Amino acid sequence: MDVLQMLVVIAVLLLLVKPLGTYVYHVFSNEPNRLDKIFGGTERFIFRLIGLNRREGMSWKGYALTFIATNIVLVAFSYLILRLQHALPFNPNGMGSMEPTLTFNTVISFMTNTNLQHYSGESALSYFSQMAVIMMMMFTSAATGFSVAIAFVRGITSKGETIGNFFEDFVKAHTRIFLPASFIITLVLVALQVPQTLDPTLTVKTLEGAMQKIAVGPVASLESIKHLGTNGGGFFGVNSAHPFENPSPLTNVIEILCMWALPAALPYTFGLFAKNKKQGWVIFSAMICLFLVFLSVAYTSEKAGSPAMEALGIDASQGSMEGKEVRFGIAQSALFTTVTAAATTGTVNNMHDTLTPLGGLVPLAEMMLNVIFGGKGVGLVNMLMYTVLAVFICGLMVGRTPEFLGRKIEPREMKLIAVAILAHPFIILVPTAIAFMTDLGHGAITNPGFHGISQVLYEYTSSAANNGSGFEGLGDNTPFWNMSTGLVMLFGRYISMIAMLAVAGSLVRKQPVPETIGTFRTDNALFTGLLIGTVLLIGALTFLPVIVLGPVAEYLTLR
Amino acid sequence: MDGQAKSSPRVGLSILSVSLRISLLFMLICGIIYPLASTGAAQLLFPYQANGSLLKDSNGELTGSELIGQSFSDPSFFQGRVSSIEYNAAASGSNNFAPSNPALIERTKASVEEWKANNPDVPVDQVPIALLTNSGSGLDPHITPQSAAVQIPRISKLTGLPAAELTVLVKEQTEGRDLGLFGDERVNVLKLNLALSAKLVK
Repeated sequence: MDVLQMLVVIAVLLLLVKPLGTYVYHVFSNEPNRLDKIFGGTERFIFRLIGLNRREGMSWKGYALTFIATNIVLVAFSYLILRLQHALPFNPNGMGSMEPTLTFNTVISFMTNTNLQHYSGESALSYFSQMAVIMMMMFTSAATGFSVAIAFVRGITSKGETIGNFFEDFVKAHTRIFLPASFIITLVLVALQVPQTLDPTLTVKTLEGAMQKIAVGPVASLESIKHLGTNGGGFFGVNSAHPFENPSPLTNVIEILCMWALPAALPYTFGLFAKNKKQGWVIFSAMICLFLVFLSVAYTSEKAGSPAMEALGIDASQGSMEGKEVRFGIAQSALFTTVTAAATTGTVNNMHDTLTPLGGLVPLAEMMLNVIFGGKGVGLVNMLMYTVLAVFICGLMVGRTPEFLGRKIEPREMKLIAVAILAHPFIILVPTAIAFMTDLGHGAITNPGFHGISQVLYEYTSSAANNGSGFEGLGDNTPFWNMSTGLVMLFGRYISMIAMLAVAGSLVRKQPVPETIGTFRTDNALFTGLLIGTVLLIGALTFLPVIVLGPVAEYLTLR
Repeated sequence: MDGQAKSSPRVGLSILSVSLRISLLFMLICGIIYPLASTGAAQLLFPYQANGSLLKDSNGELTGSELIGQSFSDPSFFQGRVSSIEYNAAASGSNNFAPSNPALIERTKASVEEWKANNPDVPVDQVPIALLTNSGSGLDPHITPQSAAVQIPRISKLTGLPAAELTVLVKEQTEGRDLGLFGDERVNVLKLNLALSAKLVK
């Protein structure tokens, strides 16, 4: 039954890929289509309001400049709201102003689609902050990531000077995807018992006569965009493990599909842009193969449980239930964990800190590779980056000029890709090392032994991959952690985005080379294998030593 | 060469002005209008769920939410899972003990000793791990059917209700997998205890 229920969810996902991928293509292809009738009027009104008179294409620099400018404005407003929330409306529980370094961390975290949370929503945020900062950024950061990914795809699949208009993409991502989908999912979740109210915390008299306080709020409207936008920040501290955020296995499945479907559909969208659907499926196959391996490891490891608990003589046959909820059991917990780390959502329905050593290695390794589906667009862009790298390596081996989609890959592109690929391990491993060298860093560790290494490593990996989940035992709400993870999140998001836009800007202007019998094909099963090999090779070379120090050592020493 | 979008200062200025206006507009749409419209629609269509699925006792007084676990210290009630926050639903959380953390083993050992003291008739090797571990939220409203079954001998002794009747009660309160497929079978502790206390009053 466990295996069956996981397979059914995966089957539903596979059925969603084609229709959703086609829909996204029509949203961003900028060719007239039936959708314009429904959304066109609203969009024209919005364009008028924001003063966007001519929606001409932008160069990659123009595109980068506009998306960064918009992000900066959003960050500035959000910072002010969090600092001033005590004086703003919708604050029935009387929350005070947020501390400056925590505010810095929070606004960066949500703008970069990371949603690392060093606060607990129910005890630190007013309803106004939950809505105007948290929910708002969940939309805008997802739309930003989506737009940049689409611009990148345009760059590598079309010929010209420009890669689209950021403002137009940003608006359309909202009006045609995130806003309508979120509203519908919100109502579905409310029907399945997720609260949606502006009333303050409730007090009830329990069956035994004690007083119990129950925090509520506008949970469902956050829950839907949290997953659709692969954001992952919870309304409550324990995120989707909280019965109000995720009341039943059915809501669990809905939340899994919400965060998974769009990233999984994007390779298909890419195939349509490239006018080569097989190319899209190659990317998708590489992602799903890696995913299935990780899911198997997570499930078997959690089901096997911990020998230390078994030694106590209790009935441990269910598996490792510490930090998990009864309604989800092992299967729905392992599936959720593997998807949230793949889609870099960072929402959790069980506590990752309590996972068995190899079970905990799964989300960690997925975030290190950062290419298995990935958050809003980022995964596709990263996977395409590895695709170009794989083409390049193969080209070197056979002594030909590497080509991808009919374009020559030259030193300028390879340099940019090298920067983007190397930045990721750099901003994980260097801060981790620094944290271990200072009391400020290792003072936060709460689980002794090798697991403590994993706690610190996980925090920076999650920040760099813009995932946002954590080994939450880590005492991370201190200025040191707030500032250091804040910077890692910033670099993790913007270095690769800018580098990839630059690659797109360079490729879009190249003269296509005609395909010949000697052209190295990138749309077949052989290339899928090469792509997976490249991803694993780079990942293993950079991260294996530190993985051995953390999860592997914990696994070997756990008795 | 990659020119037109940022060639003149006027274009730069217009980027800034559009960025400012688009940010303000979407703060309004996504941050205010969307959640308020959602709240309105939810309250109109599903008021029970939207307000936290609150349960009332036989006197019509609010006694909790069916989704939020409660702490039961009286051994004649069915008990829920370990909660490091004592089911304080103003917050949420757990110990976050790693499997290799000695504190996890200490805490579970204490739970095992407590079980032995309160349930002399049921050996520890029948007690499911879920009952002796901390849930992720610290608010888990459920236990597994087996976790309820092993508590029946104790409750039968303390309340005088025959074990067979309690077994039927647990069976009635056992929820199946969602759509017959997803998740695990489970028993809602608060609902089970409400049904139990209704039986005792009779």
